[in-house]
Amino acid sequence: MLKQIPLGDVHRALGAKMVDFGGWEMPLQYTGILDEHRAVRTSVGLFDVSHMGEIEIRGPQALDLVQWVSSNNAAKLADGQIHYSGLLYEHGGFVDDILVHRVSAGHYFLCVNASNQDKDYEHIASQNRWDCAVENSGSRYAQLAVQGPRALETLQKLTPVALAEIRYYRFRDGQVCGRDARIARTGYTGEDGFEVYLAPGHAAEVWNALMEAGREFGIKPCGLGARNTLRMEAGMALYGHEIDASITPLEAGLEWIVKWDKGDFCGRARLEKQKAEGIRRRLIGFEMRGRGIGRDGYEVRAGGQPAGWVTSGGPSPTLNKNIGMCYLPAELAQPGTAIEVVVRDQPVEAVTVPIPFYRRPK
Amino acid sequence: MSYPENFRYTKEHEWILVEGDTGTVGITDHAQKELGDIVYVDLPKPGAAVEAGKTLGSVESVKAVSDIYSPVSGEVVAVNDLLATSPEKLNEDPHGAAWLVKIRLSHPAELDSLLSAADYQAYLGE
Repeated sequence: MLKQIPLGDVHRALGAKMVDFGGWEMPLQYTGILDEHRAVRTSVGLFDVSHMGEIEIRGPQALDLVQWVSSNNAAKLADGQIHYSGLLYEHGGFVDDILVHRVSAGHYFLCVNASNQDKDYEHIASQNRWDCAVENSGSRYAQLAVQGPRALETLQKLTPVALAEIRYYRFRDGQVCGRDARIARTGYTGEDGFEVYLAPGHAAEVWNALMEAGREFGIKPCGLGARNTLRMEAGMALYGHEIDASITPLEAGLEWIVKWDKGDFCGRARLEKQKAEGIRRRLIGFEMRGRGIGRDGYEVRAGGQPAGWVTSGGPSPTLNKNIGMCYLPAELAQPGTAIEVVVRDQPVEAVTVPIPFYRRPK
Repeated sequence: MSYPENFRYTKEHEWILVEGDTGTVGITDHAQKELGDIVYVDLPKPGAAVEAGKTLGSVESVKAVSDIYSPVSGEVVAVNDLLATSPEKLNEDPHGAAWLVKIRLSHPAELDSLLSAADYQAYLGE
């Protein structure tokens, strides 16, 4: 039995093609992935990402627990500030990648991946030596993502919160359609936009109001298909693809979320050892040169020999190229390396390129 | 979109229109809708031998790769070059301009096991 997001009926009424995503019945697409992708890059798109999990850590020593379980330096966060971070095992691999929101000194709100939320909760609870209250609160929140250059104008119609004052990776608690909401200037598309956390019972009302508010901008409901092509162009990691329990942040190009000056944290010793011994494989982007599309899991060859694997790959609607990310031995993981991606037993020429593939115009 | 009466269909959502000893093969409107935005089509070269029920090529949407199965056995005598440059035509005109290949039939009796338009639509539950 698939877990149902609160808006399942709304999506079906919009003609969405629904799929099983990590045990959740989610919209894959409505009008089409290319159409939805373009709407987000050029105007505004609306995503229901209510499957995402939330975990809250409260208590006088909440910061101590957050600092221990995550690799970024949460001591630097001010109230209303957010950062991307790694939840790591002792062996340095990812339990998950997360967004840490500091609500107050004694309250941190984590946004975690849908299929990892129970595992993340168990992991955090098992590390809780500071008597914090750890709550697996995913069922209390729906999440809607309004993304694209017209996202601010769209959402602003529905809230008294001055959205322009919320800087990137900051949030405010306020109201949307008169309903309590946490409004964060974050996203998973490479565009400007907001992620709105609210009670599931209000999700349908707010979804419909956003669709109406964005009508003049040609807002499109967007599914997981476009979410994936957008995040891939932006070079953002997806758990189970670029990162998982066997991959460390140093390999994944995410050393920027490992803060060596913050003191000890779970996984630190292994990361230090890996850094000292040298990082053997690294994530790098690629573009197909020959005819063919490199996709998730395909083998990558260099000099005719197996060298790595594609973590995510497919067409880039914005760049009109076939792109992807792959792991390669560190010495090959430099832009400009000639590689081959094995597409249905045929090696097809490709070349490594830097990540990200796309940056929004400032 | 309607399913032409003079086509024969497979349960894997290919169609074939036979004229003389040659059949034109494509994928059905249902197939293109299920696939979504088609971005790449991989087809055999003229002269290739194909076998009924075996892989003829593949169609890729933004999201996924799907194999195409040959409805009949024979030899590929023509390939639709349009699809190399404009794979999106498969979303627009799957029963017409976006045909995939033409096959000279080696075992015309295989056609008897294919579905009529009515049977195919019943199979789709339409």
